[in-house]
Amino acid sequence: MAHTTTLLEIKDLKKTFSIATGLFARPLTLTALEDINFTIRQGETLGIVGESGCGKSTLGRCILQLLTPDEGQVLWLGQDLTKLPAEEMRQRRQDLQIIFQDPLASLNPRMTVGEIIADPLRTLRPELNKTERRARVLKTMESVGLLPEMINRYPHEFSGGQAQRIGIARALITEPKLIVCDEPVSALDVSIQAQILNLLAELKDEFGLTLIFISHNLSVVRHVSDRILVLYLGRIVELASGDEIYEDPKHPYTRALLTAVPIPDPKLARLRNIDALKGEIPSPINPPSGCTFRTRCRFAKPYCAEKRPPLEIIENGRLVACHRWREIDVPAEAVLNG
Amino acid sequence: MTEVLKVEDMSVTFELHDSEVQAVREMNFSLSEGETLAVVGESGSGKSQAFLAIMGLLAKNGRAGGRVMMGDVDLLALDSRQLDRYRGKDIAMIFQDPMTSLNPTLKVKTQLSEVLVKHRGFNQQDAVTTSIEMLERVGIPEPVKRANAYPHELSGGMRQRVMIAMALLCQPKILIADEPTTALDVTVQAQMLDLFKSLTEDFGTSLVLITHDLGVVAGVADRMMVMYGGRVVEKGVTDDLFYDPRHPYTLGLLHSTPHIAKRAVRLDPIQGLPPSLENLPKGCAFHPRCAFAFDRCLVERPPLRDVGDGRQKACFYEGPLAYGEVA
Repeated sequence: MAHTTTLLEIKDLKKTFSIATGLFARPLTLTALEDINFTIRQGETLGIVGESGCGKSTLGRCILQLLTPDEGQVLWLGQDLTKLPAEEMRQRRQDLQIIFQDPLASLNPRMTVGEIIADPLRTLRPELNKTERRARVLKTMESVGLLPEMINRYPHEFSGGQAQRIGIARALITEPKLIVCDEPVSALDVSIQAQILNLLAELKDEFGLTLIFISHNLSVVRHVSDRILVLYLGRIVELASGDEIYEDPKHPYTRALLTAVPIPDPKLARLRNIDALKGEIPSPINPPSGCTFRTRCRFAKPYCAEKRPPLEIIENGRLVACHRWREIDVPAEAVLNG
Repeated sequence: MTEVLKVEDMSVTFELHDSEVQAVREMNFSLSEGETLAVVGESGSGKSQAFLAIMGLLAKNGRAGGRVMMGDVDLLALDSRQLDRYRGKDIAMIFQDPMTSLNPTLKVKTQLSEVLVKHRGFNQQDAVTTSIEMLERVGIPEPVKRANAYPHELSGGMRQRVMIAMALLCQPKILIADEPTTALDVTVQAQMLDLFKSLTEDFGTSLVLITHDLGVVAGVADRMMVMYGGRVVEKGVTDDLFYDPRHPYTLGLLHSTPHIAKRAVRLDPIQGLPPSLENLPKGCAFHPRCAFAFDRCLVERPPLRDVGDGRQKACFYEGPLAYGEVA
């Protein structure tokens, strides 16, 4: 696949949150994202993975300007979205849409399906009249697999999978170029999850969409993504193509994550040696010095505590942030031969 | 292998205002000592309700029929007070969301030691000491500190460990785990599954793992039971069901599960939606979604029958079951 145009470029993005600790106490600062640099090419699917609290959803929201980054730039075709006046940003939102995890919670229960799907058009394309809007809603419903007679029904009448189709239709109706999918299938049953993944793949081809796919499920991300970004405690630890990440992970964290993914194959599952990560992700309020992963890394050396590893560009434009990536061997069991 | 639990012709029925819904029908299985049995199915398949019934934890409008034999005792014939002699002690259950299963107003050690005082006649001090030892055994760092914490001060993985520690304090013969790792990150999930493995291997605990994740099943289960629309549709040794599924629904689930090592171009999901229990299709409940259904499936319900090698399936179709390479 040849991706040429850079659609989105993230430069030195930083986002902090202030955590109140008591009425008179000084608030603590939580650094949710720091030193985030990457690009997204037109037509690709970029997967973002990491454990809970690694900043993956915050990153999606910063890209869409649903959260305002503290520092850095979000360049959409060269234009910095963080500096855009509110009214212009509103117009830009036609191009950038989002699909949420909990399909039912993200739909207004007092609006009909037709109203929900048409809602973005009301604000973004006010010139359309009622008939035109309705025609677009019906066309979009058809492309996500919803029947026309469902247009006057309410969200509670739908199952999770159908509700997610409504969410996808609402995102699609403005004819966006990029959709951020934030855990879009995590709440769904297995058979429905596969239907929605296939639907996203079809829509991507049909409309030439670029997708950012955020998920904690690495099998799902592997299935949909061209490239994968691995986050740990708000920083990029590795970015590479899906095949490179899965066949030749460079960062010890990526490797540990991969070996922990359950495989639906009993014989392979038994052969595997899980490179089990000890403990849990440290608090982002008080992250470890130097490399933030060192506290759970079995390759850590004393110097890992002193200096933060830079995000290096290695072969084929892959990115990795580890002092020791050259020296550590990838054990055979970490590499999954499919 | 010693049989620790035998479920015979169990059903679960819920009464609604003007109707009844059968959530589980004609369930039969046995569980051996040290065995891990996975119960697989999607929402509404009846997998959770069946085991809530076994634990005597059904909602007020629910009732269970059939027999659940633990030795000579039929658990379903006991009232709640009698059941308390076994519940927690011989048979324990843990749930998906550890936060809602722990009391937010009590310290971890209070909740743990209560179990020992109640079921095993410990005095308070010994109970706390034993509780802390158990926290350490389930892999909680700084167990003394965590024992003095309240549930909200712990992470999700830690809370689930506390639940497991609580369930293990009485060394139950049977542990029922309902989606125990669904809310956890993969790294913590891997640690939990390891813990389950050592439980069955080292203590001879029998584990029932209720899950929708075939990846989890492949890693830990000896046998598996697939449920659809309140009934068991296929049952057998885990490897057999993965490599040679005989029921189209089992095959469909396998095709719907993304595999990290094999990137398929597209998944082959089962079409349509899981059925509503109030309105199950006639004949085989799976027939509207089945690629192999024929006339008979529409009118007659296939019984669960032996198909050799200790396997059972509920399906009339006998031809080859494949539509391409399993993704």
